[in-house]
Amino acid sequence: MSYHSNADLGGQNVPGAIVPEPEGELFHAPWEPRVMALVVAMGPTGLSNIDMNRSARETLPNYRDLGYYEIWLAALEKLLLQKGVLGDAPPAPIQVLRADLVAAVIGKGRPASRSPVGPARYALKDRVRTVTAHPEHHTRLPAYARGKVGVVERVHGAHVFPDTNSQGLGESPQWLYTVAFDEKELWGAQEPLQHSTISVDAFEPYLEPA
Amino acid sequence: MSEHEHDPHSGHSHAERAPHPASALETRVRALEALLTEKGYIDPAALDVLIDAYQTKIGPRNGARVVARAWCDAEFRRWLLTDATAAIASMGFTGRQAEHMVAVENTPQVHNLVVCTLCSCYPWAVLGLPPTWYKSAPYRARAVKDPRGVLREFGVELPDKTHIRIWDSTAEVRYLVLPQRPSGTEHLSEKELANLITRDSMIGTGLVGSATDMAGSATGVADSAP
Repeated sequence: MSYHSNADLGGQNVPGAIVPEPEGELFHAPWEPRVMALVVAMGPTGLSNIDMNRSARETLPNYRDLGYYEIWLAALEKLLLQKGVLGDAPPAPIQVLRADLVAAVIGKGRPASRSPVGPARYALKDRVRTVTAHPEHHTRLPAYARGKVGVVERVHGAHVFPDTNSQGLGESPQWLYTVAFDEKELWGAQEPLQHSTISVDAFEPYLEPA
Repeated sequence: MSEHEHDPHSGHSHAERAPHPASALETRVRALEALLTEKGYIDPAALDVLIDAYQTKIGPRNGARVVARAWCDAEFRRWLLTDATAAIASMGFTGRQAEHMVAVENTPQVHNLVVCTLCSCYPWAVLGLPPTWYKSAPYRARAVKDPRGVLREFGVELPDKTHIRIWDSTAEVRYLVLPQRPSGTEHLSEKELANLITRDSMIGTGLVGSATDMAGSATGVADSAP
């Protein structure tokens, strides 16, 4: 099987205007807030995790044709089917988000930081090269930043590793770094220069010494 | 009722959207909510509370208070720039989609711009729900490669010599831009300053205009624009 993300858009040639929007304009149809709330409320049930959700969204074949809350809706439906919610033995929720718990649960959030299993391989200002391979699963290294040389700008500690967590293979915490690239390294010198630096947040397995 | 008036029961506020798909979505979402309620996964009353929270409590006015405080309080600014999660939490803004915050400061030399090219990662606790354009394919595609073109679409023209620093939020770290305080605002209180600070200026697609700009024709273009 071959895994393909339809959501990895950085640097692609995508037509269409960017339309600024006033601050108060949150939803564009009455069903949109219900979908937002359904997805948030399903979090505490433990049926899926944030990385499984992202994987379900980015692999929707019609991802690019859907509005954002339509993507959330379709991915939620897909996951519910996968997890057997419609079957004879639906999995029991770990927690049901009751109305009186909402403020506390939102306020607490779900930190992704974990105790590191070993020392960090890289330090500030280290030069690193990102891996080139496209893995056959969800990952968080954008295509435009593969096989590129950058500099470690921040070290964030160990965080849940989306590559394993999205597949139900465990959190497998990895060191997380902000890696900054010069624009010429990413786009080549022939692109009109913007006088810019671009960074991604990269997990240690995405990096090699350069 | 005129045909231009929005009917709150029609389920379609977008002129370009045919009524059928919108009402089909409405039906689909209602069915899903009923199913998840019946199976005991969700409490519909919690959905109402969640929606109300993001409509009335958790939005960009939170972030504006953080920025205004950083403009007025040098010690808080230092804290924000070294440990944004703790500094922001001290003002009561914590939790979902702001568990790991980093604040990045605009200066006359550097302009920061935040994007999530892979999905729609956004600091909900300080900015609320992301605007449609932030989640859209054109913004996610172009922000990393043609930031000046993107900024122009927001009416922002930066001097050529300004360095643009783009943060692609590809993990669970969330970025808040600390915009530059406009000149001529020395007499304003922290609360008055917060009113000047726009959501877009905290993403990096806008600049904070001066108090006179806000009162007159708000252009969003800095004094220093060429």
